[in-house]
Amino acid sequence: MEIIMAIAAGILTMCAVYLILSKSVLRIIIGTGLLSHAAHLLVMTMGGLKTGAAPVLKDGVTQYTDPLPQALVLTAIVISFGVTAFFLVLAYRAYQELGTDNLEEMKGTDTHD
Amino acid sequence: MINLPLLPLLIPLITGVILMLFPNRLHLQQTFSLASTFLTIVAAGYLVYSVRQDGILTVTLGSWPAPFGITLVSDMLSALLVLTTSLLVFFVVWYSMYYLSDLHQRFYYYIAVQFLLVGVNGAFTTGDIFNMFVFFEVFLISSYVLIVLGGKPAQLRESLKYLLINVISSALFVMTVAFLYGVIGSLSMADISQKITEINQPGILSVIAVLFLIVFGLKGAIFPLYFWLPGSYQVPPTPVLALFGALLTKVGVYGILRTYSLFFSHQQEFTHQILGWLALATIVIGVIGALATRDVKQILIYNIIVAVGVILYGVSVMTRQSLEGAVFYLIHDMLIKAALFLLIGVMIGIAGSSRLKDMGGMIKDYPLLGWTYFIAALSLAGIPPLSGFIGKLLIVRGGFEAGDLVGPFVVLISSLLVLYSVMQIFIRGFWGTPKTYSGPKRHLMKQLLAPALILVGITVLYGIGTEAVRPFISQAVDPLVDPSIYIQAVLKED
Repeated sequence: MEIIMAIAAGILTMCAVYLILSKSVLRIIIGTGLLSHAAHLLVMTMGGLKTGAAPVLKDGVTQYTDPLPQALVLTAIVISFGVTAFFLVLAYRAYQELGTDNLEEMKGTDTHD
Repeated sequence: MINLPLLPLLIPLITGVILMLFPNRLHLQQTFSLASTFLTIVAAGYLVYSVRQDGILTVTLGSWPAPFGITLVSDMLSALLVLTTSLLVFFVVWYSMYYLSDLHQRFYYYIAVQFLLVGVNGAFTTGDIFNMFVFFEVFLISSYVLIVLGGKPAQLRESLKYLLINVISSALFVMTVAFLYGVIGSLSMADISQKITEINQPGILSVIAVLFLIVFGLKGAIFPLYFWLPGSYQVPPTPVLALFGALLTKVGVYGILRTYSLFFSHQQEFTHQILGWLALATIVIGVIGALATRDVKQILIYNIIVAVGVILYGVSVMTRQSLEGAVFYLIHDMLIKAALFLLIGVMIGIAGSSRLKDMGGMIKDYPLLGWTYFIAALSLAGIPPLSGFIGKLLIVRGGFEAGDLVGPFVVLISSLLVLYSVMQIFIRGFWGTPKTYSGPKRHLMKQLLAPALILVGITVLYGIGTEAVRPFISQAVDPLVDPSIYIQAVLKED
């Protein structure tokens, strides 16, 4: 099971890299979303998927699944959710202000201020 | 005061929350931010004093014992960095009151600054690697707000790139922590260090070390990963630039310093060699950039990259002396970079442009500004007895002692070229034929100069008072040389 999950994380990363390398801002944002999904999946997988009972103290159970990766993923999901929301708003505002969503046309630093 | 390490985090956090309640009462916002930042300095100062007296202080959150819960660890290194950070934020807030337009300040500016302070102080204090990621996110999100505040087209354009780079590096951070957790099975930094020593760092951990180098290197702008920095740092207003240049890259440097001394200290011929070469390449690239540009902001921005290289070279040598040099130079560079950015902010305010061709002859009308800048520039290059000298001296001596001939040579040559690049600003900006300036902030010269002047004064004291500072630096380096001090302080049985 861990192998399949690792491959899934790899495929997600691959798609993310492809999307991030494109020129449209919206595709890039979707790419970053996929990249963070891949990272979260990796955290889950690296902690070991199902190695015992649910991590609740119970009589007669000695093997528990490690709850820590789930807590980490929860934290990371919330953070990436917030950042993605900010990113979308920023992209929309930049589109309004610059009149383009093509990164090719946002090159250069000479026109500052 | 068992919760003392928490205070420099809690004070700005609570202030930030309170400030949200009245975003339009500008005067109250300013007073409140100044007062609370001053309180943070006092708390951080007392923290340094306590660590000097009692050794490493730890707080376990929720009283979960050390390897299981999150521990905040204040050793001397983190306490000193927290003190420096709080000091800088105080001066930047003071400066912003006059520099930024009222409208700019009303848009949650002080709130973002307070949260930035929480994030940076937290990243310096935490003893848990995942918690460090969370604090990274806290200050990164504040930095997104600060960099885009103002909403000019150039700002929006560069913010997009800055945000993208940091989102990718955050995802890599999570992945790296996942790998580390998969191999070690712990997140507490002391516990990780102990377990890596037990298994004597097999090859997989060296790979993770390189991953950490990429993650922190993206934040700290080391050689192949610095490409985003000159563009992104060009766009925010100068006080924000001072915060970014002095604090954000240094958090990345601190991350490398901490992980490479505490975790990955067993295969130095591989990991530290890579770090050393990259650090030297960083110095070279930074110097080339600083010499090639004729824009005061860009010259100093490339000097950030040079300083990162110098500090990391000291880290890569990994002898006691070079580490002392690195820590000494790290604190020096935070102070002097902030001071220099505040000073060129005054110049830009007078001239109304950041290009050197629009400046000239300023020494005639603004002698105090000119000579303050001159002292700060000498200090940056490392002219004795100013503060840059002793750090570079220790790094270079450490490098020679470790038998490296190339590294110290590059550091020494870079000092000369850094001096040349910052003197460009002095020669072209302050000498020459005086021009008539019509910049927007000419009349505020005195108010703007005051915080910068005091900050330069502090760096001069830091340099002259080396004898007094040295014991603190020495104590800060102890856990870096011998991680067992750190481990014992965190995992103590009680």
